[in-house]
Amino acid sequence: MINLKTIRQVGLVGYGAYVPMYRLEASEINRMWGGFGAPVEEKTVVAVDEDTITIAVEAAKQAVYRAKITPSEIGAVFVGTESKPYAVKPSGTIVAEAIGATPNVSTADFEFACKAGTEAMQACIGLVGSGMYKYAMAIGADTAQGKPHDALEYTAACGGAAFIFGERSAETIAYLEASHSFVTDTPDFWRRSKEMYPMHGNRFTGAPAYFKHITSAGKMLLEETGYKPEDFKWAVFHQPNTKFPINASRMLGFTMDQIKPGLVAPKIGNTYAGSTPVGLAATLDIAEPRDKIFVVSYGSGSGSDAFIFTVQDAILDKREGPKLSSFIDRKKYVDYATYLKHRGQIVQ
Amino acid sequence: MRNVKVAGIGLLKVKEYWDRSIQDLFAETSLKAIKDAGVESIDKVYVSNMSAALMQDQLNTAALMSDAIGMPGISASRVEAGSASGGVAFHEAVQAVASGYSDTVLVTGVEKMSDILPDVVTTALAMAEEQEYTAYTGVTKTGIAAMIHRLYLDRYAEASEVCMMAVKSHEHAVGCKHAQYPFKMSIERAMSSPMEANPIHMMECAGIGDGAAAIVLVPADNAGVEVAGSAIATDYTSIAQRLDPMAMDAIRKAADRAYKMAGITAKKVDLAEVHDDFTINGVLGVEGLGLAKDGEGAKLVSTEEVDKAGKIPINTFGGLKARGNPLGATGIYQVAEVALQLRGDAGDHQVEGAKYGVAQNSGGMASICAVNVLRRAKK
Amino acid sequence: MSVPRYWRNEIPRYRLVGEECTVCGNKYFPARHVCSCGSTDFKAYKLTETGEVVTWTVIKNSPIGFEKYTPYVVGLIELGDGIRIMSQIVDVDPTDVSAGLKVEACFRKIKEDGKTGILQYGYKFRPIVA
Repeated sequence: MINLKTIRQVGLVGYGAYVPMYRLEASEINRMWGGFGAPVEEKTVVAVDEDTITIAVEAAKQAVYRAKITPSEIGAVFVGTESKPYAVKPSGTIVAEAIGATPNVSTADFEFACKAGTEAMQACIGLVGSGMYKYAMAIGADTAQGKPHDALEYTAACGGAAFIFGERSAETIAYLEASHSFVTDTPDFWRRSKEMYPMHGNRFTGAPAYFKHITSAGKMLLEETGYKPEDFKWAVFHQPNTKFPINASRMLGFTMDQIKPGLVAPKIGNTYAGSTPVGLAATLDIAEPRDKIFVVSYGSGSGSDAFIFTVQDAILDKREGPKLSSFIDRKKYVDYATYLKHRGQIVQ
Repeated sequence: MRNVKVAGIGLLKVKEYWDRSIQDLFAETSLKAIKDAGVESIDKVYVSNMSAALMQDQLNTAALMSDAIGMPGISASRVEAGSASGGVAFHEAVQAVASGYSDTVLVTGVEKMSDILPDVVTTALAMAEEQEYTAYTGVTKTGIAAMIHRLYLDRYAEASEVCMMAVKSHEHAVGCKHAQYPFKMSIERAMSSPMEANPIHMMECAGIGDGAAAIVLVPADNAGVEVAGSAIATDYTSIAQRLDPMAMDAIRKAADRAYKMAGITAKKVDLAEVHDDFTINGVLGVEGLGLAKDGEGAKLVSTEEVDKAGKIPINTFGGLKARGNPLGATGIYQVAEVALQLRGDAGDHQVEGAKYGVAQNSGGMASICAVNVLRRAKK
Repeated sequence: MSVPRYWRNEIPRYRLVGEECTVCGNKYFPARHVCSCGSTDFKAYKLTETGEVVTWTVIKNSPIGFEKYTPYVVGLIELGDGIRIMSQIVDVDPTDVSAGLKVEACFRKIKEDGKTGILQYGYKFRPIVA
């Protein structure tokens, strides 16, 4: 039997999420390249002065604000991303400094493709669950690099969410029942260190990668905890496009109604390490006390992190400020040239 | 303390001097002034220059220029106060003679802006602003002026009225041998030029040019042109820290001090050279000097009252906009032009019977301002 | 860009922290050495992060280092407690900026020190997201 639980029970103290204002429609990509795809309707695009660090700070500040905690009591700030502004220098130190968690804090940047954020969540759960830190924050954020004229250009998007973990109490907005990670070496999608854009195995990214790991992690968690899909009010899956999470949910026995609030990819695209975290944030925005939420992320390379949360009463007091939907509704469309300018893809 | 006299003047035409260095320009204009003054020797030279460090990679210009004018060994120092370098350097030179410390002082301003690309000029001007919280926003000097310009339009005047500052400067520059742009510019041309930084149009901004101007000062002898008053004042560098961004307290304080020293009020001023690097700055300069009430400067410069035959002639040789604004030299040009007027040597630009003239020179967004008042001596 | 200069201004820029004179209560941003009352004794003061636009302009010809961000809006923002701050105003069309526009602080990249130097961050302001 795999031990999926911590010594001290862990809960969520606060959360925040952010997506930038600009949008690129699939139709505009098709206009540029003569294609006809639409794996999502539109994707989020950073402003010219935004990056993974600025997104992480926005999400982190909102989480701290909602949690109503003293930031200096945060013992760890982990940023999971595959678009680090610095190859060497943690994004986490800037986030920690910006929110006032320094200097008694541990930070590092995590990389595991699209599951780097949930990977960071696992680490925070361990630190808080062991009693080592009072609070620990995990952030998943990305400004995903879309290669021009590639299939993934439609979906490679920008956004992030932050989660602060603390010991379960009456103050936590949700508590963690169990979590599990399932990882194999499956090279479905990668980026070599000096390359600007990732490579992927096209259809190989489906069955042997995304679906295998999400369903394996999900099934393992359900078996070990004895839960069935009907026990959950909501479910969140990694959403690289609109179709994959719908298929994954079906494979595991979940319904469209359960995944609907967390399925934001059609309107924002795939925020990579932000994808599952942002989906979870969108779900928490509307969840009621006692709702159970089933979460499974996926990161290429490959692996999945699965979590079971139960929402608590305190959530009703700790959702102040703009919801993710406010940021999604705040939008301005850009043309392809402006998109390239914002993403720094114009050769100078 | 003794009175000080303007003994000699040297002015070069403001233009692009591709084949000449800052030493060349400095030397030529200085020798002109020394000859004009008819003096045998100089005790001290003040070098006024803003940006040679950036534009020519040149520091230690006091030593360099002493050599350039053929006087290595002379006492020398360099003055920098952004674009107020000239007016401030003139003040320093006046003090040297007034105090009795020196008898014959040369003060020369020089700048060569054409040696670098325009974005370096923009950067140099931004260096006169506080770096960590003002320049760090990416704002430019034009941008700061634009923010003030917008407040002025909200409260006091029409865009075309403020724009008249540039139209008048151009009108007054016609026929001026040392002006960079000695031709008329219509209000329509100015108002239809593209926005440089909304609401400032491109044609409301002084251009880029090279120039040098020199003045020789000696103890006064009750003849010719005397220095009646000279003062410097500063202000918070950032407009964010000022109660009213339009107040331009540095101009007011410097003017008050200089007028007091001269024993006059603004009413006695017969002509003024104001710092119109941007039209709004020219307008606020007019107000800061007390030549128009607050909020009425733009209306005043839209009338004939600021022409040479009017009540208060402004920028009689074209001001910064049309005569030119070679940064570190500008303040010296202004004072020299006032001196020409009071000598009766202004030719077609002559303001009849002028007795008191004032030059207002600002650095940063008037975070430092020098006001110099000259007077025609009794004789 | 000097790394020490950037580093010692991080906290005021990242957290919008200024100071308050312990003698007369005047508040300043950025911090200064001497209060207008003459005191040199200050304590930290956290600025409010929302305010109103007082005046603004659009920068098209930028200083060196800001080229790839043009055109951008810079404005003077009133934050309350007598504090005004100069800052870029983002996430808004320049034609939609007006005096009185309500804005909130956000964390943005200011510029990059070329291809190899450090990244410089700080505050900008955007229309309030409700």
